Amino acid sequence: MKPIWYFVGLILLAMGLVLFINGVYYLFSPGGKQTELQGLHPDVWWGALMIIIGLIYIIKNRKVKIE
Amino acid sequence: MHAIGLGFADWLIIAIYFGFIIGIGFYLRKYTKSQEDFFLAGRKNSSWVAGLAFLSANLGALELLGMTGNTYKYGMYVAHFYWIGAIPAMLFLGIYMMPFYYSSKINSVPGYLKLRFDEKTRVLNGIAFAIMTLLVSGINLYAMALVLHTFLGWHWDLSMWVSAITVGVYVTMSGLLSAIFTEIIQFFLIWFGLFLVSILGIVEIGSIHQIFARVPEAFNTLWSTSGNASQNGMMITWGGIVLGLGFVLSFGYWTTDFLVVQRAFSAKDLRSARMTPILASFFKMAIPFIVILAGLIALVLANDPHSGFSLLKDGGQINYDSALPLLIARYYPRGLVGLGVTALLAGFMAGQAGNVSAFNTVWTYDIYKSVINKKANDEHLLWMGRVATVVGVAVSLGTAYWAKSFPSIMDYMQAIFSWVNAPLFATMLLGMFVVWITPAGAFWGLVAGMGSSFTLYLAVKFEWISRSFITLSSPASDMAANFWRAWWAWLICFSVTIIISLFTKKKPNEELVGLVKGLTPENVNKGIPFIKRPEFYAIISLIVFVILNIVFW
Repeated sequence: MKPIWYFVGLILLAMGLVLFINGVYYLFSPGGKQTELQGLHPDVWWGALMIIIGLIYIIKNRKVKIE
Repeated sequence: MHAIGLGFADWLIIAIYFGFIIGIGFYLRKYTKSQEDFFLAGRKNSSWVAGLAFLSANLGALELLGMTGNTYKYGMYVAHFYWIGAIPAMLFLGIYMMPFYYSSKINSVPGYLKLRFDEKTRVLNGIAFAIMTLLVSGINLYAMALVLHTFLGWHWDLSMWVSAITVGVYVTMSGLLSAIFTEIIQFFLIWFGLFLVSILGIVEIGSIHQIFARVPEAFNTLWSTSGNASQNGMMITWGGIVLGLGFVLSFGYWTTDFLVVQRAFSAKDLRSARMTPILASFFKMAIPFIVILAGLIALVLANDPHSGFSLLKDGGQINYDSALPLLIARYYPRGLVGLGVTALLAGFMAGQAGNVSAFNTVWTYDIYKSVINKKANDEHLLWMGRVATVVGVAVSLGTAYWAKSFPSIMDYMQAIFSWVNAPLFATMLLGMFVVWITPAGAFWGLVAGMGSSFTLYLAVKFEWISRSFITLSSPASDMAANFWRAWWAWLICFSVTIIISLFTKKKPNEELVGLVKGLTPENVNKGIPFIKRPEFYAIISLIVFVILNIVFW
């Protein structure tokens, strides 16, 4: 079966994509929820970080099978 | 307060989480064919998988919310729960106790008691653990619904039923394996979902140095104010921290609670099992960078009248558990709120799955097979494990509704661990390291320890005796009373076990080989180079632990 790390990569990638796309949308269409430090756009760079780490886990484990 | 509203992106992230864990349950079902697959994940896990699951089984959302709130209330002293209250015990488990646990090929902690002592000690502990686990599972479910209702405005019944059914479905399909998979996913979601709160808090306040500079001295040190209980936020002396938390409660929980130890039993070999708590210790030491930092950030913001930040109040009482959700609401835009909520949901559900998977194992092996059906075969036990899962989830739901109608039960729950785990640690310690301890000594010691802990709890609760009578100092907080009660329960169990063992018959030495130090060949590291030995990593962990205590002294 696939190792758990592969599934960790998949879920980080899926959630990271949602965060990143949503963050980029609000970057160009200001509005939505008002928060402290919103000018830092944490959703964009945090989402990007999750995508990168998710991809690393997926690529490293895409061919791995465990007993 | 107004409920934290969720947008489309938030709901999408929550939906991804639910889809994933149900999907994983289905995916793993075809790999769950025997009772060993179901109850012990086939004993095939690496030390990394078992180690992260070991940590995550303890890292519930209640703990995240509670410890952040406790930091607001007590200050840096809460870090003792993560450092002296965990690390020495985890290393002791890996180095000294795991060889006895793992090598005896038992399926549960009560199973060790059967081999080392006798059936009645096993059944006593099995029943106590099963009741404790179901109560904790139900209270977790109630607490989850309370949090979701208070902060998100979600419907009580819907929250409890959806999460309970989800957990029931994936644990019934693939047992411990799916519980471990979801615990590891929970570990990553907690870091990605909550660590950003600390990062953004540091950015807003200026630096970590600024955070520490802006909280009172009684709140920003670990040990320097522990000489006098009136000088620190937790109102406790170093004696209570070291004996109650650092020794009894910590060792009692981390070395004997089957919920966490079961993860190490799932490791593929003895070295991996020994590495399980040692690897987990490094991650445990890092958790304060989420909860303690967030609690201190909330304290700084609440003390700053210009920040507009304050904790919720229920009937004039500060709701300390609101610290973390309010920080999420303060910093997180759409999408990230969904991630933060998912991290909490994952913590609640993985905690419940952990309790249910530990319950189904102890019920099946230590109560059902031991007392009710001694001739049950592999296939029947697998079936019983699945039935026990469904029943466990149903009882948890019942307990959750009970807690809803009787909220003060939450107060009692805080003490349950010291009723069951603190005396058990004395029994285990003597059982593993002293050859002449007898079955009668162990049984009556355990009865005396559990009974005295429960009695002391009632005596303080209903003011039959003064709290300072057991804490040896005044003033003393509830936390201080918990620590000291655990110490007395351990000491009573330890003393009664020794005294009765002096006058009763011990088991023959040949029945204790592999179970007790001195009668077990010491070849656990045979053929393993020094830098790959668990002892090497334990030394590194210990060095990091000492450095952290000195830095925050």
